[in-house]
Amino acid sequence: MTNTGAVLIIGGGHNGLACAAYLARAGRPVTVIEAAERVGGMAATREFVTGYRASCAHLLYLLDESVAGDLSLASHGLRLAATELQTVALDPGGEHLLMAPDGLEGGGLGDRDRAAWPEYQRRMSKFAAYLGTLRSQAPPRITNRREDLLALGALAWRLRRMGRDDMREFLRIAGINIHDLLNEYFDSSLLKGALGFDAVLGAFAGPRSNNTVFTALHRRSGAGNGYSVVEGGMGAVTDALAAAATAAGATIRTGVRVQRIESDGLTVSGVELDDGERLAASTIVSNADPKTTMLKLLGARHLEAETARRFHRLRTSGCTAKLHLALDGLPEISGLAAEHLDQRLLIAPGPGYLDRAFNPCKYGEFSRQPAMEIILPSVVDPSLAPSGRHVLSAVVQYAPYRLEGGWEAGKPAFLEAILDTLEGYAPGIRPLIVGSELLTPPDIENLFGATGGHWHHAELSLDQFLMLRPAPRAAQYRMPVDGLYLCSAGCHPGGGVMGSAGRNAARAVLGGAKK
Amino acid sequence: MRTVHFDHRNHARDAAFPSPFHSRQAQHNRMKEWSRWSDYLSVPAYWCADMEYFAGRNACGVFDLTPMIKHRVSGPDALPYLNRLVTRDVAKIKPGRVGYSVWCNEQGRVLDDGTIFHFDEGDYRICSQERQIDWFLTSAQGFDVDVREETHDVAGLALQGPTSFAVLNALGLAGVETLTPFGLTTFDFAGASLTVSRTGFTGDLGYELWVDPDHAETLWDRLFEAGELHGIRAMGSQALDLLRIEAGFILAGIDFLPAWEAVRPSHTRSPFELGLGWLVNFDKGLFTGRRALLEEHERGSRYRLVKLDIAGNKPAKDAYVFGGDGKVIGTVTSAMWSPSAKASIALASVETPHGESGEELDVEIYYQRELKWHRVMARARVVDKAFWDPPRRRQTPPAKF
Repeated sequence: MTNTGAVLIIGGGHNGLACAAYLARAGRPVTVIEAAERVGGMAATREFVTGYRASCAHLLYLLDESVAGDLSLASHGLRLAATELQTVALDPGGEHLLMAPDGLEGGGLGDRDRAAWPEYQRRMSKFAAYLGTLRSQAPPRITNRREDLLALGALAWRLRRMGRDDMREFLRIAGINIHDLLNEYFDSSLLKGALGFDAVLGAFAGPRSNNTVFTALHRRSGAGNGYSVVEGGMGAVTDALAAAATAAGATIRTGVRVQRIESDGLTVSGVELDDGERLAASTIVSNADPKTTMLKLLGARHLEAETARRFHRLRTSGCTAKLHLALDGLPEISGLAAEHLDQRLLIAPGPGYLDRAFNPCKYGEFSRQPAMEIILPSVVDPSLAPSGRHVLSAVVQYAPYRLEGGWEAGKPAFLEAILDTLEGYAPGIRPLIVGSELLTPPDIENLFGATGGHWHHAELSLDQFLMLRPAPRAAQYRMPVDGLYLCSAGCHPGGGVMGSAGRNAARAVLGGAKK
Repeated sequence: MRTVHFDHRNHARDAAFPSPFHSRQAQHNRMKEWSRWSDYLSVPAYWCADMEYFAGRNACGVFDLTPMIKHRVSGPDALPYLNRLVTRDVAKIKPGRVGYSVWCNEQGRVLDDGTIFHFDEGDYRICSQERQIDWFLTSAQGFDVDVREETHDVAGLALQGPTSFAVLNALGLAGVETLTPFGLTTFDFAGASLTVSRTGFTGDLGYELWVDPDHAETLWDRLFEAGELHGIRAMGSQALDLLRIEAGFILAGIDFLPAWEAVRPSHTRSPFELGLGWLVNFDKGLFTGRRALLEEHERGSRYRLVKLDIAGNKPAKDAYVFGGDGKVIGTVTSAMWSPSAKASIALASVETPHGESGEELDVEIYYQRELKWHRVMARARVVDKAFWDPPRRRQTPPAKF
């Protein structure tokens, strides 16, 4: 296969754009086809009520620093309105807990909690950093080839270099649940709720579900500024990526949807667009989720039966909703100083609360008392709302993809449950609401095309990680059909606005990963 | 029309059930011995396996095929589905034709072999030794196709041997003489539809007859009436096994291990390693196993299935095969004394590069004489041609013996 031909990229999400930029910089003619009117996917900044803007993905904390550096995103307009947000675990009684890496404040903590905090931080940061090092490469394959054995050996070696005690501890906890781990360290329910929440955010899991230590580590595997709010919303990240790609020579077409990837099962030959137009291409990179790409756009019949089955059974049911509120003014949270409203606010006051929120989700019901990650981005970036007005952006769990009775009937009731919960902490918020948008998993699926409305494109868990993501034998971005690549969050290293999958896929296209 | 009821089948108590031909088989079964073949009772030998074998070569034998696993594949995508499933180009099996094929997993290892019956556009039956419905349904994802098992809905008889055509003629199946090998047609028969294919597992002139289970006994009776003067005889599985070895046909579970049953991947075989490379079509597009088979085709295979012509008259059952330097290079999978070829013959799996046509090998044969074991090393020559392949097998219209 030639390595000089044109590349067609399906989908202009952050990974598709990062991939486009890397390929264009390598001199490949690149065209990005985006179905929406503007690029960005779940990161795009959208006007949800006239004058009020928000992004579905609302915090930047995993962006691959080398991607940001390689593509000079700062020079393409990426600016952070706030960095190193601290997390505030909201307490129903008003005794809120302020969590900083170097210390804990408030929350009625006991001595054991404060004493354990530094060691918990040290270990989790060390383990998360190990996961972080895995991002920069395609996962090793399990073969007997020398390069694969060496890559696998390198993983093990890095693990060993943690030192005996830490390596043992890593192996002990990597597959267990966060609840058990937190009980080893802490007493405070509020603290354990907040830390447990970070482990289950975006996951079909409660704090007692297995491998939630792993998801907690993945969430903090980003280097750099911690949680940041991007000026102009998260869409500014994808706008900067698009600018970098365009500057390198890539063409971006929006408002056209790829209907089908043309293939005979051996190679790809092009795509068919929704307006009937056909574009020839011998190299296609898909930023669409793995199931959409392989089973809908390409079609299971163009895969060997076992490959099709592996993609088919990928777990992709989302259970996370997104709430955007347009507010007439800044809300007040009982017991929280107004100066803390620019921080990251959590409603997850205890592991039991989280588990009770998760339980109904297993049975196709939404949480009557949901858990939430709330930010008010307009506090640090006034451009997101009319002067003096504000945007509240909340990630809300749990909302099953398939709701008993259907979301059409259930959505108003879910919104009420969310607002009731919010009002428990911010009495008087309801009268401030001038408009709202609640995106359930089916809404996210319809808006952004992600199967199951899963914001990671596929559940992030040990069985769908590294060389198993999105599927065994198809985890090196290069698919079994010649010329077809995946670059989305459904690939290693997974969800969150990182750009790593896009960069790694570009390397695979350029010949970094062999057949 | 299927009216057979299964309510009386107690699978918790019984592992095998009477076939629709059971009442007639019981009348012929002098030895009163029964064996189990998948879901049904089968007869190893009605009286004498050798006599039944000779009926198959010199007159005709009737063998109950009902236990053979039968799958129905129908719908608009039946052809593309089958082409992705099996290794050969199914487009070349036209309506009214039958084709032999194998299918593989993604490692290119054979899961089973079988015959594909093409009834009408988009309507096929696949007969196989092993139950395949799970794999066939798994493979159906993404195709507009209906896949189901119909083993119990169809009663089948093999009528094999030189007088088989004469018997069908006497049965009054007008036009059956025009059926060429691997041809398929239907007749009105006693108020039912009788499907006749010129196929079989004996390497001789022969037919397979398919009818709904309610008409099974009628078919048996009429066949034996029509065949009375043509030497018709009920044939058991032991005789059939002798006939198929002479014809060089392989059997799943005997000559190769179906890949799903293997614990050790190296014990499975690819189509190339079973001498079935002619069934692998790399030009037809994607099929499961293609990538692995293409790689093997370029790299070379590890094993080869060969036919051996062995000196002496002792059947080389389960024998080791030795190369020139005295090293074990394979094992015999099927062996017999062939009365028709007047030779000790065998099918064997040997390691490449051994097994080229004409190569002289040795086999180590253990045999008993009045409870005393003997061992003999016998020369074995690799041969190309089947031990039994008479011109009458292909002649159309067939001769009326």
